[in-house]
Amino acid sequence: MPLLKFRLEKTGAPLWFRGLIPPITLALTFLLTSGLIIWGKANPFEAYYYFLIDPLSGRVSFLEVLVKSTPLILTGMAVTVAFVAGYYNIGAEGQLYAGALAAAWLGTVLGGVSTPVAILLMVLGGFVAGMLWALIPALLRVYMNVDEVVTTLLTNSIILFIISAILNGPWRDPQSGWPQSPEIAESTRLPQLAARSRLHFGFVLALIAVAMVWFILTRTSFGLKLRAVGLGREGARFAGIHVERSMLLAALISGGIAGIAGYVEVAGIQYHLIGELSPGYGYTGIIIATMGGLTALGAAASALFFGLVETGAQTVSRALGVPVYLGEVTQATMLLVILGMFILQRYRIRRA
Amino acid sequence: MYVVEMRQITKRFGDVVANEGVDFQLRSGEIHALLGENGAGKTTLMRILFGLYHEDSGKIVVDGQPARIASPKDAISLGIGMVTQHFALVPPFSVAENVIMGYRESLSLDIKAIEAEVADSAARFGIEINPSAIVRHLSVGQKQRVEILKALFRQARVLILDEPTAVLIPQEVEALFGILRNLREQGISIVFISHKLNEVMAISDRVTVLRDGRVISTIDTSSTNPTELARMMVGRETFGVTRQGEVATDQPILEVQNLCAVDDRGLKALAEVSLVVNAGEILGVAGVGGNGQKELAETLCGIRSPTSGSIQVRGQEMSGASPSEMTAAGVGRIPEDRHAGVVAELTVADNLVMEYLARYTSRGVLDKKAIRNYADGLIEQFQIKARPTDKTRTLSGGNLQKLLLARVLANHPDVLIAPQPTRGLDVGATEYVHNQLLEQREQGAAVLLISEDLDEIMALSDRIAVMYEGEIVGMLPVQEADIERLGLMMSGVLKEKDNAVAQI
Amino acid sequence: MVVALFIATLTAATLRVATPILLAAIGETFSERAGVLNLGIEGIMFFGAFVSFFVADLTNSLWTGLLIAVVIGCLLGVLMAFFTVTLGVNQHVSGLGITLLASGLALFAFRLNYGGRATPPSIPPFEQLTPLANIPILSTILNQYLLTYIVFLVIVPISWWVMYRTSFGLKVRAVGENPEAADAAGINVFRIRYIVLAVGGGLMAMGGAFLSLAQLGAFTHGIIAGRGWVAIALVIFGNWNPSKVMLGSLIFGGAYALQLRLQAMGLQLPIPYETFLALPYIVTIIALVIAGRKASYPAALLKPYHRE
Repeated sequence: MPLLKFRLEKTGAPLWFRGLIPPITLALTFLLTSGLIIWGKANPFEAYYYFLIDPLSGRVSFLEVLVKSTPLILTGMAVTVAFVAGYYNIGAEGQLYAGALAAAWLGTVLGGVSTPVAILLMVLGGFVAGMLWALIPALLRVYMNVDEVVTTLLTNSIILFIISAILNGPWRDPQSGWPQSPEIAESTRLPQLAARSRLHFGFVLALIAVAMVWFILTRTSFGLKLRAVGLGREGARFAGIHVERSMLLAALISGGIAGIAGYVEVAGIQYHLIGELSPGYGYTGIIIATMGGLTALGAAASALFFGLVETGAQTVSRALGVPVYLGEVTQATMLLVILGMFILQRYRIRRA
Repeated sequence: MYVVEMRQITKRFGDVVANEGVDFQLRSGEIHALLGENGAGKTTLMRILFGLYHEDSGKIVVDGQPARIASPKDAISLGIGMVTQHFALVPPFSVAENVIMGYRESLSLDIKAIEAEVADSAARFGIEINPSAIVRHLSVGQKQRVEILKALFRQARVLILDEPTAVLIPQEVEALFGILRNLREQGISIVFISHKLNEVMAISDRVTVLRDGRVISTIDTSSTNPTELARMMVGRETFGVTRQGEVATDQPILEVQNLCAVDDRGLKALAEVSLVVNAGEILGVAGVGGNGQKELAETLCGIRSPTSGSIQVRGQEMSGASPSEMTAAGVGRIPEDRHAGVVAELTVADNLVMEYLARYTSRGVLDKKAIRNYADGLIEQFQIKARPTDKTRTLSGGNLQKLLLARVLANHPDVLIAPQPTRGLDVGATEYVHNQLLEQREQGAAVLLISEDLDEIMALSDRIAVMYEGEIVGMLPVQEADIERLGLMMSGVLKEKDNAVAQI
Repeated sequence: MVVALFIATLTAATLRVATPILLAAIGETFSERAGVLNLGIEGIMFFGAFVSFFVADLTNSLWTGLLIAVVIGCLLGVLMAFFTVTLGVNQHVSGLGITLLASGLALFAFRLNYGGRATPPSIPPFEQLTPLANIPILSTILNQYLLTYIVFLVIVPISWWVMYRTSFGLKVRAVGENPEAADAAGINVFRIRYIVLAVGGGLMAMGGAFLSLAQLGAFTHGIIAGRGWVAIALVIFGNWNPSKVMLGSLIFGGAYALQLRLQAMGLQLPIPYETFLALPYIVTIIALVIAGRKASYPAALLKPYHRE
């Protein structure tokens, strides 16, 4: 028995250290980015107040944080499902646009149906579209062993050309001449959840997605299979799990969830499809999933935090004139810092 | 005068003591055997000398000077070379590139000149090898020669060989011994790590016996005998388990006919393999590693698809079935590489149920309580030293093998495919595995034991099949088998295939 | 004559288009040969494009801009090495992290320094060399930037020579195939990977700098537009061999240049011009599928090396 106790100490990081990871990460990120803020001729402490505290202090800006985190939660879930199964889907960005494309089309043809039915059909449509756009790289990976990282990156570029062709061609706004699709019908828009705020029903959809991903990954045999495939493909195959089928399903579900993110942005915020719909939500989803330790709840928490960072970056920009790209730099810095922390944690265990 | 002296070396891994107060002296120009069972600390000691591990305490003296060996680089510059069981070769490189890699610091490489230089060096040491051959295409014995040449090319005066004969057929062993004697003539000092008594007796000048990390004795080979060495090595008179009585029936359970398969590179690995395993018998498959045993096991487990041929289990055609279909048909399997058989980052309980998830799931949802109970039961029954919630990567090799055996045997398979079941295990764990295999035999299962260890094959099998280059070149009852005959078959010299088919 | 001239201009454009991608792809080839997939490539190119433009604008020296960009590219390569070699972090995630960081930093600094301008800032770019100006067809093809000459005539041959004919190249390949064996042979795996990632980062940044200093004389948000990802695909297509990677870059460059020429000729086509923009990406995927079947990935790619 004492032998077992010893082993436990070797395998788990000390709890106090795990607890310290978030504050240390935050502090290090702050230190590393403060140079930029000073370069932007602002006081770092003041900037961080506007960045992280101010958005939470008012009702409108708080709800805006939830608005910003809505697509991030969904792309975070999408990437989590794929990464858990060891499928490196870097294509959430493209799958998001595929879903948006489907939603923009459905929004113009579903004018006659009631809102609940429209939501149902468009969630489905966005999911299927994202799934289809994820299909080719997934099939190539699973059956022909073509690296999915490269193909999903390339398909991200391709769908942008497709969208551009459609927006500059058949869907070009006839009145303004802008490259944007016609507005979707009133009844197909996602209902607002609060007055004087952009918060819409898509946030609820995102939370439902979190609950479903959480349940699938932790409570079902399908989730256990996905985790087994991701953590040890050989071992999973040896235990009789259909590795290819599991990876394919993970890739398709991932693409589908990313597609819903596109739907939510079209039907909840823009009401038409534009080329600049996503400032990289799909890529940010990768950071979010990683920071969430590839768990549904962890990724949801990271997404909410990143919603704050995106809102905060705009607040800082408005209040202090620091370029809004501070948000992107902060997110990337935080990712790199936390990657370092993960390793540090493991290193300690091994040495213990 | 000693070339190398290791004084009071102690090395611990966590709570395991690998070496404790070990003294070891190597004379100039001798072949010094380091004898002991798996886990006795032989390899650890030599990895310390080669700079791969660092001693916790103790001293190393080379040529009378205290030496600090922090890395293989330091060891090499002191004239120490090591050939490990896992060859440190780069498969797509040529022999010459492998030999000079990391040693020649000139800017540009003149491949032709280098090949000539390597050929020259090989000739000087009496090693037959083609410097321009690509290492990937060499046999195991040839690869070993490249490793030896690599060390000698770096001016090694001390050569450490870690279980060099484990991967060789008996005839190749003789060739290796020829090379080693030749090197001894040239004044090279050799450490020969082994657990095989007859080889130690045949090649060494002196023997140091290790047991449980301690030196039992260092003795001149000429003044000892195998019995004495065996006693020192294991510390008890008798060991091992053997098969007892006949339970074999002539009721065939597993019937394989003309099975063909290709390896990972698409090259032919199995050529028309036919064999039958009856209820209550162990069929041992002997052969030098890499002659298709891995592919045979994988094909029978459903992990590799056969290109042609048939696999029948109790008369039901199973060729091309998936692993889970094989499980359902009563074919149990343990993996050749234990670590590739489990998902190390998942828990012990998860790994135990992974083959039978459907049984512990209702409408897709896992029944965690049932899984926990099942795992608790197996852990107790198979004496696995772990808790259901432990990550599997924390298990020792022996416990991992128990886990894998528990997983497969809990399903009471009719057929058990067991490739290399005791590779790398210590004595206790090996005995445990042997007992489990024999128990399956007694219960009437058909066991296919694939092993490179001839002693194991001879001790456990009812019949022995020999594989060479993907073919079954011989099939004989254990009573007719002797080491020499098996050795000839393993080297492809003797083929009794037609004979074997007639016997079935 | 018209056809010959068309082919000549097409060839010239092909070489120009291929230059930045080839530079980055050579850098990536070395990184992957040593066992590290550097997905930071897109961000490093972007950062190289920005820094070279910024410094050239500040100092009025294009060459200073280029030099500083290369140095910073090396530093970003070292950062990538710190994460993947020293810490052993997942290479996909750390590479993307570096891309996001580098892109964010470039955009931040660009907005900070040029934010208020109504028109996008520009600088006079590198001049093209005009050798053999009086030979009609040949002069069209040879009308190229010095950097293009350097890439095709110096960097690619030297890369090939280093890879296959020097002991350093042997070490790089050994480290990427079997780091344990390399270590046992006395090769410092960590040092080799650091060097290769640093040099690779420098080449990637140089590729980005070519776009801003030579091709555009400006810096824009879409200046790289996925060229880094194409470079990664070319490395696989070229089987990690610098000369085959060059061939791949010419195929990609050709497809892209054809699309440019057709657009420039103002032909009214029944299909949208985006088809031609997307074509090279589709061709690359198809090439990957064809080449991927026999691709021999460096055996240790994506695997961090730890000594026991």
